Amino acid sequence: MQSLAISHYTMVNALGRGVSATLKALQNSNSGLRRCDFLDAELNTWIGRVEGLEDEPVISRLKDYECRNNRLAMFGLRSDDFESTITTAIQRYGRHRIAVIIGTSTSGILATELAYRERNPEGKLPPHFRYQTTQENYSVTDFVRSYLKLQGPAFTISTACSSSAKVFATASRLIGSGMCDAAVVGGVDSLCMTTLYGFSSLEIVSTSPCRPASIDRNGISIGEAAGFALLEKPENRSRLPILLGYGESSDGYHMSTPHPEGAGARLAMQRALQCSGIPASRIDYVNLHGTATRANDSAEDRAVTEIFGRETPCSSTKGWTGHTLGAAGITEAAICCLTLREGFLPATLNTTTVDPDFGMNILLENRSQPVRTVLSNSFGFGGNNASIILGYATE
Amino acid sequence: MNVYLKGLGAIGPGFANWAELGNLLASSEIPSFGVVPHPQGIILPGTERRRASPTIKLALDVALQAIQVSGLDADKVALVFASSNGDTDTIHHICETLATLERFVSPTRFHNSVHNAAAGYWSIASRSMQPSTSLCAGSGTFSAALLEGATQCISEEVPVLISVFDTAFPDPLYDITPAHKAFGVAMVLDENPGNAIAQFSIELSQEEPDTLSGWETVRTDASAARVLPLLATIAKGKGTVVLEYLEDLGLKVSVTS
Repeated sequence: MQSLAISHYTMVNALGRGVSATLKALQNSNSGLRRCDFLDAELNTWIGRVEGLEDEPVISRLKDYECRNNRLAMFGLRSDDFESTITTAIQRYGRHRIAVIIGTSTSGILATELAYRERNPEGKLPPHFRYQTTQENYSVTDFVRSYLKLQGPAFTISTACSSSAKVFATASRLIGSGMCDAAVVGGVDSLCMTTLYGFSSLEIVSTSPCRPASIDRNGISIGEAAGFALLEKPENRSRLPILLGYGESSDGYHMSTPHPEGAGARLAMQRALQCSGIPASRIDYVNLHGTATRANDSAEDRAVTEIFGRETPCSSTKGWTGHTLGAAGITEAAICCLTLREGFLPATLNTTTVDPDFGMNILLENRSQPVRTVLSNSFGFGGNNASIILGYATE
Repeated sequence: MNVYLKGLGAIGPGFANWAELGNLLASSEIPSFGVVPHPQGIILPGTERRRASPTIKLALDVALQAIQVSGLDADKVALVFASSNGDTDTIHHICETLATLERFVSPTRFHNSVHNAAAGYWSIASRSMQPSTSLCAGSGTFSAALLEGATQCISEEVPVLISVFDTAFPDPLYDITPAHKAFGVAMVLDENPGNAIAQFSIELSQEEPDTLSGWETVRTDASAARVLPLLATIAKGKGTVVLEYLEDLGLKVSVTS
């Protein structure tokens, strides 16, 4: 497996713009969730909405891409000096040698939802509506690639809530096989009626801020987020977080319910460990998928307990950000990079009493300790699972 | 990057499988492009077959054709499913529902709306726990799938099934979206040469992409149909083509028998 250095990363979510906003909120236990106030959605639920998106259109040279999802992508690209890092990478590698692989579940579908409300008496969509640069799932990757003026291979990965974890595996393979020298990976998913009403119809949306692994957990809080990372071959002695392994699997069980024993989740984690050559006993922390649905958390508990036992610290950070769907993988990968940098493990916010049936060591308080190697889980509809291992290179 | 082609499947205007398309491509006559045969979703159990959308059935039928040709077990191959539009009927119905006062999205429709729904149904029907990626890249979706499939095949040392499919949106999206005729193509790639149909040598290229005389109306319609110059080369036995990928980048494939 081609290991990769995470040379730079950024994130935007309900906690704010840039990694320092997320770090501060994590350390102060401030959730980004609020009562649903998204457009005219009438749902009794809490959401992780990014403030300010309404006020900043996409840059004029890419105005055809105008939609909430690409605005959110642009917020991310403009945070943490990410753009200037890419300019430096272009000087080093050339535009053609940098790939762009972005995960999303719904891209800019909100633009289509709103256009359908504006159909004329003949049923035609309004003339301002553009499909390919907004709704189509490639739109966000095309936008990021055009914004950064990159010319390497690119595509969107759309495997629901595992999308932006899988981008790390794809980047490793593309760089390892010589198709490019570096990759911008990321995930962008924005609030829309499809996911708000769709998850509600499945009755897996909580009426309060989500409580992962809690005895009384009753569903997800939907959030929106963008996150990006620059991945390159590691150089000797660098003190950057490294992608050490990845594992991908399918449940082959059900479209929207995880395998009850967590068989697919277990296989993804096992494959990630095998790929990295690191034993489970050396993983210092597991960032759970931890959506706070009854089914996900209990299946994940089975799988995690079987592999890691009852001691390894585990938490879900979705109580802070909400479940950011296709951006969950990159958001939690970036949070994992912060745990490595800061020697800090986040709690499972909003949860006070862990489900007594669980075997995992669920953190209920933030903790300071040296952190060298972590694993992050991301699972999606269609039974699609991905686990990644991040850490410092072994000396 | 070298991989071996072990299986092929195709459904589109005027052909129901690779054998029929191969004959059309090998013929010197200009094809007439008949109707697209209705996909059946053969791999699905009865109840799901009735509920599955035409997009899902198309993805599954071409995938099944390719896996049958390859002789490999369906639960032993990694999956790369790709479509630029996704499940067009499902997306249309959800947007239509969300424009009503009730906004009641059917739960089944919602989970079918994810871009990886077809791949999910395949892994459930074939009881596969193999890695599964669903992706898109606009009109370059086929090339992106071949790139992901080939790098995965080589890096993970596993055979990979790629299924690329596009169906038309109903009105009102029909006029302003690509893919007015359904097109699906599937390939099984392997790093092991035994029983190969052909060998592919794949690289990124800045050369102009190839067109295919007589087939341009089909090739430029659905993203999946951008595969046609490659399929014509396979039908001939050998040659090199540059497939359309991104605006400034193509995918060059050299085919040898």
